[in-house]
Amino acid sequence: MVELGKYAGAVLSSYGITGLLLAGLSIVTWRQSVKARRDLEAAEARRAKND
Amino acid sequence: MSSPQRIKQKREGWNALWEWAAPAKFMWLTGRALPWVLALCVVTLVPGMIWGFFLTPEAVNFGTSVKIIYIHVPSAMMAINIWVMMLLASLIWLVRRHHVSALAAKGAALIGVVMTLIALFTGAIWGQPMWGTWWAWDPRLTSFLILFLFYLGYMALWAAIEDPDTAADLTSVLCIVGSVFALLSRYAVNFWNQGLHQGASLSLDKQENVSDVYWLPLVLCIMGFIFLFIALLLIRARTEVRKRRTHALEIRERMADG
Repeated sequence: MVELGKYAGAVLSSYGITGLLLAGLSIVTWRQSVKARRDLEAAEARRAKND
Repeated sequence: MSSPQRIKQKREGWNALWEWAAPAKFMWLTGRALPWVLALCVVTLVPGMIWGFFLTPEAVNFGTSVKIIYIHVPSAMMAINIWVMMLLASLIWLVRRHHVSALAAKGAALIGVVMTLIALFTGAIWGQPMWGTWWAWDPRLTSFLILFLFYLGYMALWAAIEDPDTAADLTSVLCIVGSVFALLSRYAVNFWNQGLHQGASLSLDKQENVSDVYWLPLVLCIMGFIFLFIALLLIRARTEVRKRRTHALEIRERMADG
């Protein structure tokens, strides 16, 4: 492990917050993508049925 | 070849380029590009982070806190450049009325918010031991905070207006206005010299650049953040295109129901 000395708190909290924010953004992006794909498939299925 | 013929050929070339912005072709192209962009993100960001965090020495002025540079500088650069990308996409929407460009700008906004937040948080955490304060009303810090508020305002405006074309028009105008602060965030340290924030870490002038030992992993991390942004943008823009198509089908359904 790297010896961070007196700046350990600053460095680790910076990386921790960045990791959390990027993970949150990726999860939100993925979930919205899956929902949009499902909604579109359902709408196209309804359209095919009605046609 | 005569001049009118050359102009005609050029115009046809441009039109062929614009065809790739049509939703169907956009979805086809981005579906194929996405795995490659994600792979490029992994092969740049992971080694860049490992190199920067584990294999670089302490800096004379900053001690081990210099390791924050590998997230602070790339996120700050992305925060500004994402707004510039949104500006270009908004101008394309206003001039050419290409829906994909408006949807790409909309999709980029949340990524811009997160990048700005990372830059503000890591800047505050780094500033505390270096300057003795979490926050100062320094030109660069203040313009970054205003840029963050513009990102929030941009997203709120998209959410507040029901008609997508009107929302795209108004958010495009907001994006043009906000570009002043994106530029200020980039050049504030050059305009005012009374601020706490140091000058650019990366510069064409070798004297101003960070030392080579930090420069190479930093460039890898910046490339990683760029590819991460492109990957997230492609996914988010594809989501917006799908939402728009679903909305159109639902309207057609409602009209058919009478």
